[in-house]
Amino acid sequence: MDSLALAYLAAGFGAGLTIIGGAFGIGKLASSAMEASGRQPEAAGDIRTSMIIAAALIEGISLFALVICILLALK
Amino acid sequence: MYQDTTHVVTDSLSAVAGKEDTGWILHHVLDGKYLDFSPFGMIPLPHITLFGIDMSITRHLVVMWVAVILLIIFLRLAAKSYKKSLAPKGVANFLEVLIVFVRDDIAKPSIGHGFEKFMPYLLTIFFFILTCNFLGLIPYSATATSNISVTATLAIISFLFIQGGGIMKNGFFGYFKGLVPHGIPVFLIPIMIVVEFLGLFTKPFALAIRLFANMTAGHIVIYALIGLIFILKTYFVVPVSVSFALFIYLLEILVALIQAYIFTMLSALFIGLAVHQDH
Repeated sequence: MDSLALAYLAAGFGAGLTIIGGAFGIGKLASSAMEASGRQPEAAGDIRTSMIIAAALIEGISLFALVICILLALK
Repeated sequence: MYQDTTHVVTDSLSAVAGKEDTGWILHHVLDGKYLDFSPFGMIPLPHITLFGIDMSITRHLVVMWVAVILLIIFLRLAAKSYKKSLAPKGVANFLEVLIVFVRDDIAKPSIGHGFEKFMPYLLTIFFFILTCNFLGLIPYSATATSNISVTATLAIISFLFIQGGGIMKNGFFGYFKGLVPHGIPVFLIPIMIVVEFLGLFTKPFALAIRLFANMTAGHIVIYALIGLIFILKTYFVVPVSVSFALFIYLLEILVALIQAYIFTMLSALFIGLAVHQDH
């Protein structure tokens, strides 16, 4: 296998694994946010804001890895 | 027969593409030296080279200028309307919602005491990133913040504000001494020094990459979904493709807002951490 094919393969695997990690993290975050909103509906606004902030940060991390995969696939 | 169909697929792929299958996606996402209104023609932009550095006018630069002109027009209109009456009407009303949001939800909780000094900068980056992100959603225009140079510049300016704010408040050596938190065991201090010092640089770097990757990834997904129609060369995939692309487009609007908010909020948080080192 020449290195170009390996790079493409690695890019695909990397993107998949990254998304697994990111989706798992955001899923856990969303589930605990829903639970907390259910327990205390008047705090739902604050919880929603914090949830969006945390989701954006987790997404930032998963997009780091995605950028590396894109670099692998292009170069 | 199996070989015939694969031949057809690869022939159509290479017919659509330039040198590789998805070269056209990058051609739309990356910067270019001409304004591309594809079926209608293109406007070439001047190439300028100053002292050997390529400073030609590119697509992203033109979009940033449009954003700056829009912001200057609307914000000056809003500021002028405050002279007539203190209660805002018209565009000032709408902008006041955003400005009060930045002041009360981003600046005050993060920086706390003395946040007025940093409000102009936080408002500037919030509105600039918001406008650039939204302008990128218009068809035929490019997203300025999907260029790593633009986001790196914004992050470097944030970095300068963080260090400047911290050094002016705590003194030059006091700031660096205050990086390492108090009340930790002595043998951890060397590691903490290295970690905190590196953290000074990784935090703005993360800001730049987060904004860049979010904007670029969203556009690439939209292009890939619409391009699926051209790659498969059939009309049956059109409703699926267009509806997915529409969904991702709406998500992109949300992501544009959220990324502007996150960039501003993290900048405010880092400024607050640097200025009030004993929290």
